[in-house]
Amino acid sequence: MSELHLSVRGLHKWYGAVHALRGLDLDIPKGQVVGLIGDNGAGKSTFIKILSGVHKQSEGQIFFEGKEAHIRKPRDAMDLGIETIYQYTAMVPEMSIARNVFIGREKRKWGIRGFGLLDQKAMAKEAMEAIADVGLHLRSADNPIKELSGGQRQGVAIARAMHFRSRMLILDEPTNHLSVKETNKVLDYVRQMREQGVTVIFISHNLHHVHEVTDRIVAFSRGEKVADLMTPDTDVTQMIDIIT
Amino acid sequence: MRFKKIFRIKPDSSALLMLIAMMFAFSLMSPFFLTFGNFQIVLQPIPEIALVAIGVTILMISGEFDLSVGSVFALSPMVMVLLMSSGVPLPISMIGGLAVAALVGFVNAAITIRLGIPSFIATLGMLFMARSLTIVISGGFPPPFPRDLDLWWIVGKVDLLRVSIFWLLGIGIILGVWLRKFDFGSWIFATGGNQEAARDMGINVKLVKTTTFMLCSVLAGLAGMIQVFRIKAIVPSMGTGYELTAIAAAVIGGAALSGGIGSVVGAVIGALLIAFIENIIILTRVDANWFRFAVGAMIVIAVTINKMARDASNRSKFKDNEDE
Ligand SMILES: Nc1ncnc2c1ncn2[C@@H]1O[C@H](COP(=O)(O)OP(=O)(O)O)[C@@H](O)[C@H]1O
Ligand SMILES: [Mg+2]
Repeated sequence: MSELHLSVRGLHKWYGAVHALRGLDLDIPKGQVVGLIGDNGAGKSTFIKILSGVHKQSEGQIFFEGKEAHIRKPRDAMDLGIETIYQYTAMVPEMSIARNVFIGREKRKWGIRGFGLLDQKAMAKEAMEAIADVGLHLRSADNPIKELSGGQRQGVAIARAMHFRSRMLILDEPTNHLSVKETNKVLDYVRQMREQGVTVIFISHNLHHVHEVTDRIVAFSRGEKVADLMTPDTDVTQMIDIIT
Repeated sequence: MRFKKIFRIKPDSSALLMLIAMMFAFSLMSPFFLTFGNFQIVLQPIPEIALVAIGVTILMISGEFDLSVGSVFALSPMVMVLLMSSGVPLPISMIGGLAVAALVGFVNAAITIRLGIPSFIATLGMLFMARSLTIVISGGFPPPFPRDLDLWWIVGKVDLLRVSIFWLLGIGIILGVWLRKFDFGSWIFATGGNQEAARDMGINVKLVKTTTFMLCSVLAGLAGMIQVFRIKAIVPSMGTGYELTAIAAAVIGGAALSGGIGSVVGAVIGALLIAFIENIIILTRVDANWFRFAVGAMIVIAVTINKMARDASNRSKFKDNEDE
């Protein structure tokens, strides 16, 4: 097995009285595409929100490339090369495509972060390149996100993740509310990431999709890991049995 | 298509169109409207309400709301005048007054963010508290305004204008550039446009909102000081109702209550429109009680135009975006 990218040990999360994650242990080697499945409320989103710095674990440790990582805020996760495509569209509809690609990580002509003059030309140019790199062809990076379809928005989200040299890509139900054609495109993106050696955690309710694009499948139930299988060793029928 | 493009680039262009239409109509209604003398009268108090409107607009862009600006408009200069009358030099008194305004903004932010209370309610409380404080510290009597001050640099007359109009221009340009061209400005739009996305993408939304709350209060305090300097008197009730005028100006200028939309230019245009309406009512000797009706109608018209423009731009959704 190749080098470990991520390990978690004894991860717990309480939201007040709700015990959403109950002592999770998980190892993910570099470049593996892991499908995370489980019923609603199983704790999948909770797990990835801890990895991406939105929530802090109540207990337990996270190791990144062998070293313990303390992820306190989204920027800590980004600094580790973790990029997340959230269950909702993490885009600002009124803002331009370019600004959305660089949101929170703007390119500056001058100044320091928080007091920097934007380099709008460079952002527009690099946004268009990043979007083209994931096979999406949009007319102008100056158009607002609200004028894009759901699939196009998800494409921009993936382009954003790739532009910032994501080494671990997390997708939390990225195909919700997408048409069949758009969904296929997102699945294609995941395959592309795999070819580029990016570690991927892919969450979806569509078990056929998970089976199609992953190397390994991990199932959660009520905050616990209940199955951990290599994808070729299982099929959709067995997956359904596991999570119901 | 072109029509749509214009609105897409500038959310405040409908306010600008309204201003032009209104100027045209008003100049037909009264021969005095388009005269320099008249503009002098209209423009003199403009910096005061426009500065408040700019602060409210920027706060609204970040997704929050401030009803306490009218009270801070009185509290902040009251602190300044009381400091001056106890012998503190003018610049330090001004800083003292503005510091109190900043503190009010900070408290508004803290109540809203830490306690999770909607800013509408938090600042409604502050509206009463700050007004009450103003009256209490004044001792119930308006303190005398020092007579022998050199105030040319802030409210002196230049031809037909007051120096304060240049303060408005300077502050407006700086804040406008900051909003559109600086990263922090982009964070303000992102925070109001989709707070969850802004937070998840690493923007410190609490810092953004604390900044916009404090900026809004400080601008209201500064505006109050300018009015006190212009009138050379202070009464504890000054600025009562300004919160609604400022919000009206912001909304007429294209700011959306839902956050993420608005501009400095729009706020100034909104303030101008309201002042011109008041002016034409006086010039044409219409019953002054129609003023509020006209402002109200203007709000409804502005919001309707903005919504129609936004819907038009939404209808063209991704049809003309895909390049394949
Ligand atoms: N922010 C939150 N506050 C309180 N409870 C939460 C929060 N997020 C999730 N939960 C609860 O934690 C449990 C796990 O939720 P989640 O991680 O979203 O599951 P999944 O993504 O697998 O559907 C659920 O019972 C859910 O109600
Ligand atoms: Mg979920």
